[in-house]
Amino acid sequence: MAAAAKETTFKADSRSLSPAEIAKDLAGAGIITLLLLTPIVFYKTIMNQGTLLLDTRLKLVLSLTAAVVIGRLLLHLFVWQRAPRAGTAKIAAPAATDWRETVVKWIVPVLLLIAILLPWVVQLIPGWERRGLGIAIYIMSYIMLAWGLNIVVGLAGLLDLGYVAFYAVGAYAYALLTTIYFPLWFGDGIIPWTFYLVLPLAGFLAAMWGVILGFPVLRLRGDYLAIVTLAFGEIIRLVLINWFSFTKGPQGINVPKATFFGLPFADEPGSFADFFGLEYNRLHFFFFIYYTILILSIVTYVATNRLRRLPVGRAWEALREDEIACRALGINTTSTKLTAFAIGAMFGGFAGSFFAARQGFVSPESFVYIESALVLAIVVLGGLGSQLGIVFAAVLIMGSFELFRELGFLQRILPEGVEPVQFRMLCVGLAMVLMMRWRPRGLVTRRDPTVYLKEKKAVSADLVSQGHG
Amino acid sequence: MEYFLQQLINGLTLGSIYGLIAIGYTMVYGIIGMINFAHGDVFMIGSMVAFIILLALGITGGSGAFVIILALALVVIIAMLISSVYNWTIERVAYKPLRGSFRLAPLISAIGMSIVLQEFVRIAQEGRPKPIQPIVTGRYTIMERALADGEFAVTISNMQIIIILSTLALMTAFTLLISRTALGRQQRACEQDQKMAALLGIDVDRTISITFILGAILAAFAGLMFFMYYNVTGFSVGFLAGIKAFTAAVLGGIGSIPGAMLGGMVIGLVEVFWSAYFSVEYKDVAAFTILVIVLIFLPQGLLGKPEVEKV
Repeated sequence: MAAAAKETTFKADSRSLSPAEIAKDLAGAGIITLLLLTPIVFYKTIMNQGTLLLDTRLKLVLSLTAAVVIGRLLLHLFVWQRAPRAGTAKIAAPAATDWRETVVKWIVPVLLLIAILLPWVVQLIPGWERRGLGIAIYIMSYIMLAWGLNIVVGLAGLLDLGYVAFYAVGAYAYALLTTIYFPLWFGDGIIPWTFYLVLPLAGFLAAMWGVILGFPVLRLRGDYLAIVTLAFGEIIRLVLINWFSFTKGPQGINVPKATFFGLPFADEPGSFADFFGLEYNRLHFFFFIYYTILILSIVTYVATNRLRRLPVGRAWEALREDEIACRALGINTTSTKLTAFAIGAMFGGFAGSFFAARQGFVSPESFVYIESALVLAIVVLGGLGSQLGIVFAAVLIMGSFELFRELGFLQRILPEGVEPVQFRMLCVGLAMVLMMRWRPRGLVTRRDPTVYLKEKKAVSADLVSQGHG
Repeated sequence: MEYFLQQLINGLTLGSIYGLIAIGYTMVYGIIGMINFAHGDVFMIGSMVAFIILLALGITGGSGAFVIILALALVVIIAMLISSVYNWTIERVAYKPLRGSFRLAPLISAIGMSIVLQEFVRIAQEGRPKPIQPIVTGRYTIMERALADGEFAVTISNMQIIIILSTLALMTAFTLLISRTALGRQQRACEQDQKMAALLGIDVDRTISITFILGAILAAFAGLMFFMYYNVTGFSVGFLAGIKAFTAAVLGGIGSIPGAMLGGMVIGLVEVFWSAYFSVEYKDVAAFTILVIVLIFLPQGLLGKPEVEKV
């Protein structure tokens, strides 16, 4: 936190206070914390045979308050006490440092290589053969989702809080086409709708939904758009729950898992293992799923990168920086936004379809608002527009989710009945607030301009964020 | 007709609650032009605090009327105080440092704050809904009519009377505060032009803080009423109520305080009538659909001024 605070440009950073003022500030912080904690944390409700009882947790309240006061004291002593800096904005990043150029050049191929080799490396760690793969698939799906959302939020600057709706459209497209509608229409004789047939269709359907939703609402201001997309996400979920005859409601639908071009992963004749003369191993399915999501992600990455260089991609980024200027320059803002929305939705649909094929089960439970918020948090932490940043953010967030499960030592300092896993969304929320405060352009703040004259100058993202870039 | 009247009463009760929350959205939007996404969760904090204090005081429906009134007065004050502290802290921690940052920053920060509040309450108080025995009971029958399958009576419960009357009282007091006092004048000045207001000696930061506190006071009251009306609360009640109240604020014309109240009433009525005449399952869908329709066809709302974008 101290390191992050160094970059800070808000007022608190340049004040230096006398000890008396610090004491006053600390007392204030202490009182506020006590007030914040008193009812909610001090009292604990206990359900006892149908009646609610109250228990008290004085120690917890006092220790949390002490932590806040001491933390603030430390900030006063070591962070906020520095002399005010002359000029907060760095005007130019130091002239191209060589090692940075090298890192930027090699980081993508290296990451790709790591991603390709990962499943094999994981096999070498005993006890992690399946879990390691599972986590890798999990993280990879979120990277793909976040890359999709990045087009909408990061590039076009449209805050979409209902992204999970498109994910749901993709997943239900797969579920309904493979289980209910195909046999009804065509009988069982023809090749069934497999994952590969449904995938483009799911993407198309999700993109259509993106257009349907986007068309009327994209004329709105940014923050209205956020709420409307949130409402839209909830509508989709409520319809999925309540339209029982179509979606089987909260029960969900069991769907066939993905197959290797028609070869199922099972211990039977005609299966993947049988066809290639391999010994049946459950890991085959995980390997297959991992590489599928890897390919899908790479497609997303490459497509986004190409799109950024097209006129429409440049229009997205221009739109993000200044909508009025865009309109003045003759960019059709509605259609520009709409394409961003539709393409972002399409990748969401792909990911949803993949989700259903991996899971073998879909239910409205998986498409709650908090999922949208989580993907948004990844995009925000990754730096709103930076694709590499998203990779790091996804690994950080989703990886730490897994870590929270493992943290046995935390269990000892926490009060009884409180598991570290419980704190994961709390940390995500806090991370979002802190990021906006200290690093509004994300962990990876460097962005390469897509267009440049003669020589390529890296624009420090701090400038972009303040509207200079 | 009787059925309609009954639904009208229910709708107005619900609408009062939404209206009170909506004012918080509308005022904050009016003054700093952002949606305080965490406002619904401040409402939730209000209702949780009210619930806990009521439980701590050991009030039940069986206590005497005088004791109940005294206890409720105490609970209202505590809930308002705590919610105000919450909203004030949120503003200081999550929004104030972001003034002048890029467009989406405060909104993203608010979304993060909303997650933090919900998770904080969930961890501290567990996720299960918190039920309580009704405290204010009793109802009046307004109209009775014998129908083929028994009697249908239009009733209004004491709780509904309390909600509607206290909302009216609070609204009147609040309107007077905004239109007659120095505080209200400062608030309106900041809404129109912050720079000019600052030049004329108004402490803009303080005024913004006070706006958040006022919003929280109304939300806390709504939280208490919500909880006493449904006899249940929990960490997640703020999400839905928040979106609906926001819809109300937009419907009434964001930035307009009477508009927020009107919008709240409309949303409450629509929700109740939709549940009564169409389907209960889709009542939230109805509210969200209104939001979408209003934003498309009437983005300035019923009582709002059309927005002019300035460079």
